[in-house]
Amino acid sequence: MIITKLDIETIRRDFPILKREVNGYPLVYLDNAATSQTPKQVIDVIVDYYSRYNANIHRGVHTLSQEATDAYENARIKVQKHINAAEPYEIIYTSGTTDSINLVANGFTSFLKKGDEILVSAMEHHSNIVPWQMLCERTGAILKVIPMDQEGDLIMEEYTKLLSKCTKLVICNHVSNALGTINPIEQIISLAHKVGAAVLIDGAQAAPHIKVDVQKLNVDFYTISAHKICGPTGVGILYGKEEWLTKLPPYQGGGEMIAEVTFEKTTYADLPHKFEAGTPNICGGIAFGAALDYMNSLGYEAIASYEKELLEYATKELRAINGLKIYGTSEHKTSVISFNIEGIHPYDIGTILDKLGIAVRTGHHCAQPVMDYFKVPGTVRASFSFYNTKKEVDILVEGVKKAKQMLS
Amino acid sequence: MSIEEIQNEIVEEFSMFDDWMQRYEYMIELGKSLPIIEERYKTDDNIIKGCQSKVWVHAELEEDKLVFTADSDAIITKGIIAILIRAFSNQRPIDIIEANTDFIDQIGLKEHLSPTRANGLVSMIKQLKLYAIAYQTQLN
Repeated sequence: MIITKLDIETIRRDFPILKREVNGYPLVYLDNAATSQTPKQVIDVIVDYYSRYNANIHRGVHTLSQEATDAYENARIKVQKHINAAEPYEIIYTSGTTDSINLVANGFTSFLKKGDEILVSAMEHHSNIVPWQMLCERTGAILKVIPMDQEGDLIMEEYTKLLSKCTKLVICNHVSNALGTINPIEQIISLAHKVGAAVLIDGAQAAPHIKVDVQKLNVDFYTISAHKICGPTGVGILYGKEEWLTKLPPYQGGGEMIAEVTFEKTTYADLPHKFEAGTPNICGGIAFGAALDYMNSLGYEAIASYEKELLEYATKELRAINGLKIYGTSEHKTSVISFNIEGIHPYDIGTILDKLGIAVRTGHHCAQPVMDYFKVPGTVRASFSFYNTKKEVDILVEGVKKAKQMLS
Repeated sequence: MSIEEIQNEIVEEFSMFDDWMQRYEYMIELGKSLPIIEERYKTDDNIIKGCQSKVWVHAELEEDKLVFTADSDAIITKGIIAILIRAFSNQRPIDIIEANTDFIDQIGLKEHLSPTRANGLVSMIKQLKLYAIAYQTQLN
């Protein structure tokens, strides 16, 4: 396959924020795993929505409402096509991955009983741990952990051993936010299905790097947040297989999600509206569609190939710094580097880098169990996007060296 | 020296620096000289919440004056505490309660004063003042 090469300088011009200065230095934005920046193609869609057709959707008879409804539902179809879901109504708009996970976790309350088991991977974000712990508290189900090794890879033999007739749910991220590991989800899903367990894959960190085919994966639930993939904050989706979404009870009650309401009995709307109570983030949904258009215009193969180049370069350059240790050294990684320098607190490094205009994340990355596993209070995490450059990697490396010199 | 005099002294010291790097280097130096808290006081009770790094503060009344010792696992945070402790330690609780903290702004560390900042400078100041209030009640 011929992969077109990205023209990074042209791409960078799509992102107004990249022209910013921070603390007197040109911004070097390397916190993409937390939130990605927004191209003008998406910003324009947001401005256009509020300038031209801001209206409430689905119920209005007037033109603006119709236009807004069409744009919102059209964006749903864009998401459907993007992940190759069988039907548009298998895409549920949510406020993001956390909301998507909570929707499923709440829905499973009536499906689980005491002694049932939920498996979660050892490298989950808190948002993919806590809702399941809460589900266990409600139902008496037991949470079990799929362990990982020192490289940050899940130990598949242990996973196989944990699977049993008691396993009702398997929960795993596609890509770890703290380590960047790309998990073997095809295998995880097919093994879970053999014991009859449903699988939820948190795709928040994968969506900006990997294009999935949910039908081919045969996954039961998959989640995406728009703001990690060049879209706005506060919107995301839950993909669910029709059979599961039909079975799951509604999550929140309100307008939009009903068929008929009397004080005696309410009947619920069909999919997807059953799960979409209240006025949604209309503009966010439409802009999410625009973000997917933007990503697809660049092409995922081209993005992945360029990001791999950045990752390899940054790994090599950072490793050359004495005392620097990288956490997450799997062979299958997205462009995320979590690291520490011996004897220096990650918070200190992050503070100095910020003074140099370099945005990284420090702390436990909402994945305390991962930090506990590596016995560190936190790490510095640099996460690269397709709009980052090798020159920016050099600036990061120089910044880390400077921080090390100041802090040692 | 009064709290205000010490604060003026700190402001003067920091005014000698031309850029942030020198200011931070000085702060890091101050952090290294921080009166370290005794290990037995590094308990969970003495941890200040709201910090990405861990901060422990201990207060003890010596005659009518309050003496603070502290530590942190991050050196910049330690530097910030060192500055605070220099200004507030060995002072009467009532003076600590009444002291203002504008000097932080004047020494170019304003960015650390935001309540959402993960270093929790605001929580630190609050904690020092809370100790002062508690001991003032005791003195009354």
